[in-house]
Order: sequence, then structure tokens, then C-alpha cells
Amino acid sequence: MATRSKIDPAFLDQDGKPLFHLGEEPHHPEGSSTSLGFWIYLMSDCLIFACLFATYAVLSGSYAAGPGPRDLFDLNLVALNTAMLLFSSITYGFAMLSMEKNKVAATQGWLAITGLFGLAFLGIELYEFAHLIHEGATPQRSGFLSAFFALVGTHGLHVTFGIIWLVTLMVQVAKKGLIPANQRRLMCLSMFWHFLDVIWIGVFTFVYLMGMLR
Amino acid sequence: MSPHPASENSGIWKLIFGRLDWSSLPLHEPIVVGTFLMVALGGAVVFGLVTKYKLWGTLWNDWFTTVDHKRIGIMYMILGLIMFLRGFADAIMMRLQQAMAFDGSEGYLNAHHYDQIFTAHGVIMIFFVAMPMITGIMNYIVPLQIGARDVSFPFLNNFSFWMTTAGAIIVMMSLFVGEFARTGWLAYPPLSGIAYSPGVGVDYYIWGLQIAGIGTLLSGVNLIATIVKMRAPGMTMMKMPIFTWTSLCANVLIVAAFPVLTAVLALLSLDRYIGTAFFTNDMGGNPMMYVNLIWIWGHPEVYILILPLFGVFSEVTSTFSSKRLFGYSSMVYATIVIALLSYLVWLHHFFTMGSGASVNSFFGITTMVISIPTGAKLFNWLFTMYRGRIRYELPMMWTVAFMLTFTVGGMTGVLLAVPPADFVLHNSLFLIAHFHNVIIGGVLFGLFAAINYWWPKAFGYRLETTWGKRSFWLWVVGFWTAFMPLYVLGLMGVTRRMRVFDDPSLQIWFQIAALGAVMIAAGIACMFIQFAVSIKNRDQLRDTTGDPWDGRTLEWATSSPPPDYNFAFTPVIHDGDAWADMKKRGYQRPLTGYKAIHMPSNTATGLIIAGLSVAFSFGMIWYIWWLAGLSFVGILAVAIGHTFNYKRDFYIPQDVVERTEGERSALLATQG
Repeated sequence: MATRSKIDPAFLDQDGKPLFHLGEEPHHPEGSSTSLGFWIYLMSDCLIFACLFATYAVLSGSYAAGPGPRDLFDLNLVALNTAMLLFSSITYGFAMLSMEKNKVAATQGWLAITGLFGLAFLGIELYEFAHLIHEGATPQRSGFLSAFFALVGTHGLHVTFGIIWLVTLMVQVAKKGLIPANQRRLMCLSMFWHFLDVIWIGVFTFVYLMGMLR
Repeated sequence: MSPHPASENSGIWKLIFGRLDWSSLPLHEPIVVGTFLMVALGGAVVFGLVTKYKLWGTLWNDWFTTVDHKRIGIMYMILGLIMFLRGFADAIMMRLQQAMAFDGSEGYLNAHHYDQIFTAHGVIMIFFVAMPMITGIMNYIVPLQIGARDVSFPFLNNFSFWMTTAGAIIVMMSLFVGEFARTGWLAYPPLSGIAYSPGVGVDYYIWGLQIAGIGTLLSGVNLIATIVKMRAPGMTMMKMPIFTWTSLCANVLIVAAFPVLTAVLALLSLDRYIGTAFFTNDMGGNPMMYVNLIWIWGHPEVYILILPLFGVFSEVTSTFSSKRLFGYSSMVYATIVIALLSYLVWLHHFFTMGSGASVNSFFGITTMVISIPTGAKLFNWLFTMYRGRIRYELPMMWTVAFMLTFTVGGMTGVLLAVPPADFVLHNSLFLIAHFHNVIIGGVLFGLFAAINYWWPKAFGYRLETTWGKRSFWLWVVGFWTAFMPLYVLGLMGVTRRMRVFDDPSLQIWFQIAALGAVMIAAGIACMFIQFAVSIKNRDQLRDTTGDPWDGRTLEWATSSPPPDYNFAFTPVIHDGDAWADMKKRGYQRPLTGYKAIHMPSNTATGLIIAGLSVAFSFGMIWYIWWLAGLSFVGILAVAIGHTFNYKRDFYIPQDVVERTEGERSALLATQG
């Protein structure tokens, strides 16, 4: 039934007979699956955000006679915040370029700047949250605000974990230098950091910009 | 509720113990107290035996901290079997209650207890029986089938196992400290909201599933990476064993579905803990959103459970018919199509929500369409058997029982997929009969086939057949006796989760169903006797060849049980059914040239983090905030500390490999 597919010539011996084992054991270098594995994890995380976006979409008009986006959002502040996060992505990119050139000090410097931008982002976000809560726009006030705080807050929590991870990696780079294991870890955090950036662009567009149009 | 002593309500007590007090212990429920004594006694006996035979060291070094996918697989199976006993105890209690509670009798279970039992039964059977067992089988078999030495992320594998176990422990704790949810296995709000379920039951539910969910998700990531990256040279995607294919699809579904469960349960916890308005009736919340979201996870979940077993049936049918699987590529595509379609049918779980005729029609049709690839699979199995030299060993018997049972379950599923029919049958016992028909007839029978099929690989001796056959017949006949009456009752309009009944004409059907449950209980007993007898007679049942069934895939190419490193030399694959192909070409096992083998080393980190997660969850459930906070910080610290350990591997020295393989050569030589 099934047609025998042709055998790869690399798997034949000199007489053209199929080999059962290779002379050289195939080797899976340590960490060879890490990028793929981490990418799959990121996609699963992306689905959590997809659920939160969907929830926000369903509840974005459920004000329960409370305040709506127009009453609450300050686009200037959000634009500043967005800038912080986008700059942090750029500086992370510079850190990776320095890493490629094996410059430890430059890598660490750019990572530190990235972390500071991240902290600035979180600071502004916390200020915004505090301001909203002070005005009575708490997560309990309406379905809309519950969904808003859940989506934006989950993103903020991710950034917080990203910063903890970044500090951990800086300590590890300081201790061990840019060894392959550390390079791999910086690569994973890089994917994570840019991923959060992409999510934020979604938040900025769908929550803040389109919220102002409602 | 008994009045609390004054001290228990004081501020300091609340600070230390949250809402935990003496009345949290269900001392007024004699059934629970009796169960607790039994469990405590059993635990003490196990503890005593382990201490007496000085096994703690072995248990810790070779099992608890292991990163070997085979040992982790076996631990998953043990977890699943233990939880199966708990889940079945719940089942038979429900059957007896419903058979008794007529003519004004209240039965023997009060409503508070009964509602916890039907919730726990569903939760445990799905999350802590079926999931660990399929994960266990995939963990054990997939790396062997693809000629790998371990999974991609061995530490993560150990961690996943312990997180699943932590979830099981949290759910089990609810039996003796506090209560479990009384909401049904999916905990629909508003019933599961804080207003209607103010107790700890739903919190136990949430945290048990969240912790176990982390384990499931990570094991899904791990197995996908393993299958994609770690295959032996020459094994292209379309030369992968069919079980590996179905496992791949199931794990893709895990990664694509479990985040939805995580998110929806997190939102439910926000509603419960801080009073947000996601699923509330007031303040703009929307309970139906919960139902939608949870079924977007829930429907793929049932395919996560069944797909790997479709793979098992394929392997078993092909092996015991001594034939290549009929329609391998159609099998692969059918699996992929089922995986995709499983995302397009979630709404059929609540046609009665009132989405309108167009939406219901769409989901009704997509649901019916799933039966096409599934039917294709069934015909593939039948055509594999056609003109095969079929050997009716136990795995094959379970497979035939599956084909007959599952087909009926599938057909009642198509009936339920018709929206107008569903309006009549929704939430009736017809539905209960349908999904037990596919889950028992598919998942459970598949697991039994898998256990009988791969036991010799895992332990080096076959399972004894006399008790195996007794178990088989009691199970199969017991299943039909227990669930056919439920179809009848469902058609007569009896709804699920009822505790007492008025209409005496219904009682006979419940009594027949209870009889079936008792037969299943006997079948379970026979299965455990089968294990015991096999362990006792292991010398007579020994498999010295590593290939007791004349197998066709790579796991049969190595010894039984396989050495830690699985294969001394990685095989090269030229054809699907690689081992059958190697045998046909006159494969000779190399006897020299062994090299040291690179392997991952053990670690206790997974176990420690899982233990802290149990403490964290307990703190969250009982509002013991200091405990939750401390455990959370502990989890972070241990996880970060783990990343500072860069030496995670070692080499099995050449002489150890030589010795191990030499022993196998000697064993094979005794075969003549």
C-alpha cells in the first residue's frame, strides 16, 4: 500500500546497504530545543492574553452606570508609557548586538538601561492605576473596569517578572560571562521582552485608542 | 455550623489561621471520618513498610528526583491509578445513592456531601486520572518510539509531574480539611461565585486545577519540542509511529487549550477574591462568558484525552494483526483534522444558551463533521485487521471492545449534536451516558490496552492473562450494564446530578446501573489482582527479548526494561514501522564500540517548588495570607536559585554501558 520512500544516501554504507546506526552518534547539543520550547511557551502565554482581550471586548461596554474610557484615560500619559516600553525594546536589541560581539560591559550596560525603562513603564502604570482607583474607578466598579485592570495588570505583572529575570541574568552574566548558556537565556528573555512589547501595542490600540473613540 | 469558641474568632486567630478553625474538619460526617481513618491507616502502613525495608533512599534518588522520562512516566501512572480509586469510590457512592433514594427515602448521602461527590468525581477523573495516565504513557513511550535518550527538557518533566501531583494533593486535602466545590466539575458562575459558594470548596477547585494546569502545560511544551527536535536520524514526520503523531497533536492541543483554562479560572478567582465583575449577575458581568471560555478549553480537552489513545489502538491493531497499519497517512490527516475541528465545536455544550438558530446550526454541523475523520480511523483499524493474522491478546481484546463501545458512544454524540434534539436531551442522563460511553469506552479502554501492551516494556515481564481476562469481561459487561439504563432514563427526561427521586417507575433502571457499577468494581479488583499476580510470578512471565509481541516500532528494539540511556546506539530509520523494517533487513545488534553517554542529572527542585505550591495554595484557600506570601517568595527563590546551577548533566561511563549491554547480550543468548 504505502510506497517505499527512497533512502537518504547518507544512511547507506559503501555497498549501498542501509545502515542501522551511524558511525558518529547524532548529538543533540545542550539547549538545542530551548528556543523552540520557549517559543511554544510564549504562544501559550499569548493565548492567555487572547482570552483577556476577548474578555475585554465582551465587557468593554459594560460600564454599569460607571465611568467609561473617555472619562478615565489620559492619552498623553499612555503615550509616554508606550514610549518607555518601546525604548526598552530598542535598548534590549542593543544589548543583544553587544552580546553577539561578546562585549560583556556593553551588554550589561544596555540591559541595565532596559531595566530602567521597564521600571519607568511600571511606575507610570502604577501611577495611572492609583489615579483611577482614587477617582473611584476600581476593578470592582464595573465589568469594563474589571476587564481593563485584568488585561493591563496582567501585562504589567509580566513586565515585573521580566525585570526580576533581567536582574537575575545580569548577576549571572557578571558571574559567568557570556557563556553559551547565558547567551541562550538572554535570547529567551529577548523574545519575552519583545513579546510583551507586541502585546502592549495591542493594548494601546484596542484599549486606549479605540476606547477614546467609543 | 457549630458555634465557634470565642478565641477562634479573635483577630490573632484570623491572622494566623485565616478562616480555618475546628469546624472546618468534617467530624460530623461519619463517611468522611471513616475514609480518613482508612487513608491514614494505609498511609501509615506504606510509610512503615518503606522505612522497614529502608527504601527512602531509593525512592528519593531513583524516583522522586529522577529526570528519566521512563521513571516519571511510571510515577504518572501510579498517580493516575491511585486517584482512579478515589474517583471510582465517588462514582459507586453516587450509583448507590441514586438506586436507594426513592419512595421518600433520602438515601444515605446528604445534599452537602452528595454535591461535593459528583463534583469531585468529574474533576478527579478528568484532571487526575485521565490526564496523568495519558501523560504518563506519552512520557514513557514517545522518546523510545523516536529513538531519543530523554525528552528535550528533563528537569521540566520532573517539575511537571510534581505540579500535577501537587494539584492532586490539594484536591485530596479538601476531603478532610474543609469541603470541595458543590458546583459540578466546571464550576459555572454565578453558582461558583462568592455569593453562592462562600466556602472554601471552589477555592480548592481553582487552586488544584491551576497548579496541576502548570504541570500539564509545561509537559505539553516539553513533548512537542521532543517530538520536533529529538527524532532519530531518518525519521521524517511521515515515518513517525502513529502513537507519536497522535501524541504530538494532543500536546499541541494542550498548549493551545490549557492557557484558556488558566485565564478563565484566574478571572473567576478575581471575582471571588477581590470582587471584580467578570461573571457576576450585576455590575456588568456576564456569566455566559465563563461558560464560553471554559468550553473553549473543555472541548479540545476531550480530544487531548482521546487522541493519544487512538494512537494506542493503532499500534495495538497493527502489531496484533502482524500488519502495517492500513492507511497510515489518512490516519495522520484524520488526527490533524480532528485536532483542528476540536476548536470549532465548543458551543454544542450549551445550545440552550439561546445563541439563535444560525450559531447553533454552525456548531451542530461542525460537531457532526468530526465524526467523519473519526469514522475514517475506525475503518482504518478494521481494514488493518482484515486478512491479518489477529492474535487476541489482552491489548487486542481491549481494542475490539473499544471499537464496539466507542462507535455507539460516537453515534449518540451525533444525536446530541442536532440542536433541536439537544434542547430535549441537554443536561439529561442521556448526555451522561454519552460521554461516559466515549470516555470509558475510548480513554479508559485505551489506557487498559496500553497498560497491557507496554507493561512488559516497562517492567520486563508480561501481565498475567487469566485475571486480565476476568477484569476485561467484568469491565465491558459492567460498563454496558451501568450506562445503557442511563440512556433510557435520559430519554425519559431524567436530569443529571439528582439526589432523590419521586417517580418509583424509574428505580429499576438505577438499580440496574448500580449493578453495573458493582461489576465494574469487581473488574477493577481483578485488575489489581492481575498486577499482584504478575509481580509475584514475574519469573515465569519474564520477557528476555525486549520484543514480546513481535512489535513494529522502536520501543521494542531495546531491552525490557530499557536501560537509562534507552539506546546504546541511536538507530537510523529508513521506513515507518522502523523496528519491523530492521527485523526484516536482518538487523544485528552491535556488540562493540560503546561510548560514554551524555545524560541529564537528577534534581529535587521540582519536588520542592511543587511542595511550596501546595503551601501557597493552602494559604490562598484558607485566607492565611502570611503562608501564601512566604511560599510565593519561596517559590521564586528556589526557581531563581535553580538557574544558578549550570552543571545539569553527566556521562554514563563507557564501561557501565558495556556492562549493561553485555548483560543484555547474555540474556538474548539464552533465547538460542
